[in-house]
Amino acid sequence: MTDIASPTVRISARPESAKRDIGIKRRYAAERRFRAYGIAAISTGLFFLALLLWTVISNGYTAFQQTTITLPIEFTEKVIDPNGERTTDSKVLMTANYPLLVRDALVKQLGIDATKRPLVKQATDMVSASSRTLLRDMVVADPSIVGKTIPVTLLAEANIDSANKGQIDLKVEESKRKVKDQQVTWMNELASAGVLKKSFNTGIFTFGASSRPEAAGVGVAALGSFYMMLIVLVLSLPIGVAASIYLEEFAPKNRLTDLIEVNINNLAAVPSIVYGLLGLAVFINFAGMPRSAAVVGGFVLTLMTLPTIIIATRAALKAVPPSIRSAALGLGASKMQTIFHHVLPLAMPGILTGTIIGLAHALGETAPLLLIGMVAFVVDYPGSPMEPSTALPVQIYMWANEAERAFVERTSGAIIILLIFLVVMNLGAILLRRRFERRW
Amino acid sequence: MNIMSEAAVEKALDQKMNTVPFKMIGKDVSVYYGEKRALFDVNLNIRENTVTALIGPSGCGKSTFLRTLNRMNDTIENCRVTGKITLDEDDIYDPTIDVVELRARVGMVFQKPNPFPKSIYDNVAYGPRIHGLARTKADFDEVVETSLQKAGLWNEVKDRLQEPGTGLSGGQQQRLCIARAVAVSPEVILMDEPCSALDPIATAKVEELIHELRTNFTIVIVTHSMQQAARVSQRTAMFHLGNLVEENDTDKMFTNPDDQRTQDYIMGRFG
Ligand SMILES: Nc1ncnc2c1ncn2[C@@H]1O[C@H](COP(=O)(O)OP(=O)(O)O)[C@@H](O)[C@H]1O
Ligand SMILES: [Mg+2]
Repeated sequence: MTDIASPTVRISARPESAKRDIGIKRRYAAERRFRAYGIAAISTGLFFLALLLWTVISNGYTAFQQTTITLPIEFTEKVIDPNGERTTDSKVLMTANYPLLVRDALVKQLGIDATKRPLVKQATDMVSASSRTLLRDMVVADPSIVGKTIPVTLLAEANIDSANKGQIDLKVEESKRKVKDQQVTWMNELASAGVLKKSFNTGIFTFGASSRPEAAGVGVAALGSFYMMLIVLVLSLPIGVAASIYLEEFAPKNRLTDLIEVNINNLAAVPSIVYGLLGLAVFINFAGMPRSAAVVGGFVLTLMTLPTIIIATRAALKAVPPSIRSAALGLGASKMQTIFHHVLPLAMPGILTGTIIGLAHALGETAPLLLIGMVAFVVDYPGSPMEPSTALPVQIYMWANEAERAFVERTSGAIIILLIFLVVMNLGAILLRRRFERRW
Repeated sequence: MNIMSEAAVEKALDQKMNTVPFKMIGKDVSVYYGEKRALFDVNLNIRENTVTALIGPSGCGKSTFLRTLNRMNDTIENCRVTGKITLDEDDIYDPTIDVVELRARVGMVFQKPNPFPKSIYDNVAYGPRIHGLARTKADFDEVVETSLQKAGLWNEVKDRLQEPGTGLSGGQQQRLCIARAVAVSPEVILMDEPCSALDPIATAKVEELIHELRTNFTIVIVTHSMQQAARVSQRTAMFHLGNLVEENDTDKMFTNPDDQRTQDYIMGRFG
């Protein structure tokens, strides 16, 4: 205070201000430089993101198309049920020689001599072997179609599909490629007749695992992932929030709680494969839970997600202004009332963000699932989380190990599906946060 | 209410200040924050239907003493209170006393307006709701209206009760906080520098309000402004370094204090 009145200070201020000008220039330059670094960093990030998306999408978009062949299939009684036993013996319809129906229809469509075996073989190879199941299911579902002729859309075999999408180089010598010249001729013939065409591939969303790419999809894996996300959400949100509330609001601050805090922070950094080992040892070997079941995967991912949720929730609780707590306590609200009526609603956006980030992390997690046997060839939808299933990222991992062209595009296709899931979850997080924040 | 009778009550109160009964009695109150002692055997009594101002340089323990009166110190870790404080003969530090009930009887208004991020209506209705003072919608409507009226805010907000309390101006927010405290019908209202975050016009309104509330409530107000203490209070207590220096009628305090330190502080010689 007294310094201001002193005249000596005023006089000495002049040369100082000249010095300060140089300082300002330097400061501005530093700021510009820093901004340039920032922009460079963001541009690099955006460039790699664009590169990633471009690679995945350009490789994967074709996976959402599938070549199909629509043939009038004659459900001949002589082939399906030669002895007329289908009313008494249900096995007859299950075990009938359905590929023969496809062969007959193809031979008729292409006008091949049915006695030339190699030629007929080439023709039937164009249609996916999964047609057998398709026709069987049709007949079992409605036995009255036996004896009728119905147009059925069959999947083209994967190599024909690739050839039709222009992914196979036809200039290569015939013996060195999987699609023969005769098949290409037929393919073009069928395409111009409107029998063979590309349509939207619903199969990639609904099918389970299959060694034939055209019949392989992420349906089973997606259901497995869904079960696991459900388990993770139901377990880790309440446990995580309860733990955070206790630690943040009730627990005394002492050595023990400090230790717990340090451990929670460390657990968030533990490699996920360690959680897989833990799950294997505790849930499968010790508790005797089933291998490759979504329930074990869910438990393991819950353990992995808990630290993330606890850290996010504690940060959100800490960020609630103390004045709100005092206001409630000053009115005579109990600690519980203060927390549940005022603190928790204000912390909700932060808690939800943390939870969804944790869930998204868990959704993309592969390593721990490999250890608990979720890397299995599962064809059928699991009826419950106790049954064997796989998960989306594991399915991607398995497809990535396949060499066929059709699996390559399906790998990228499945990545696109996984990314869409993640984007939807993040959008959900943003919307929920908006909703909670917009309340005031 | 009749203006004449109110004025008469006020006059009677002012004249016979020394005969007004004590609402709260603090005996040998000491407060420790961990090892640090913040109050030294304070003996201060709060008179019924009186505004008592607590003054003193910053850090002298005014807020600390105020918080002992509704046990808000309980929420501070490591804080320990010794001595005895009674509210109408009840020892408020008795283990059988329920702090929830105590704080319903001794309400508090804070330095910074801190309305809940809820509607104006819900801000006021929250206290009655948790204390079960109102049951039906009509009950709530009534308690909200009367509380806002007592806080002089009703006319300004009656058309927008569902809007967020945080959207009001600072002065309105502080009066909303007063309405919120009043809604649980406390006997004593504690105010910790309620005007320090407000502009002069809002301050004048709150001071006027304190003046009116005095007929129904016992008020203890911490203030760093001498003028405010002189304007709103009938009794003034001066703290210094954790000690109660002097407690007296406000008039006497500001004209002819008994203690030299009080005189120095009022003259602005320290603080
Ligand atoms: N929560 C706390 N923890 C530790 N010390 C505190 C706390 N609150 C206040 N004090 C100390 O107690 C003394 C009195 O503080 P306070 O009552 O806030 O003073 P005033 O309100 O008169 O400015 C100060 O020295 C302050 O540092
Ligand atoms: Mg204070």
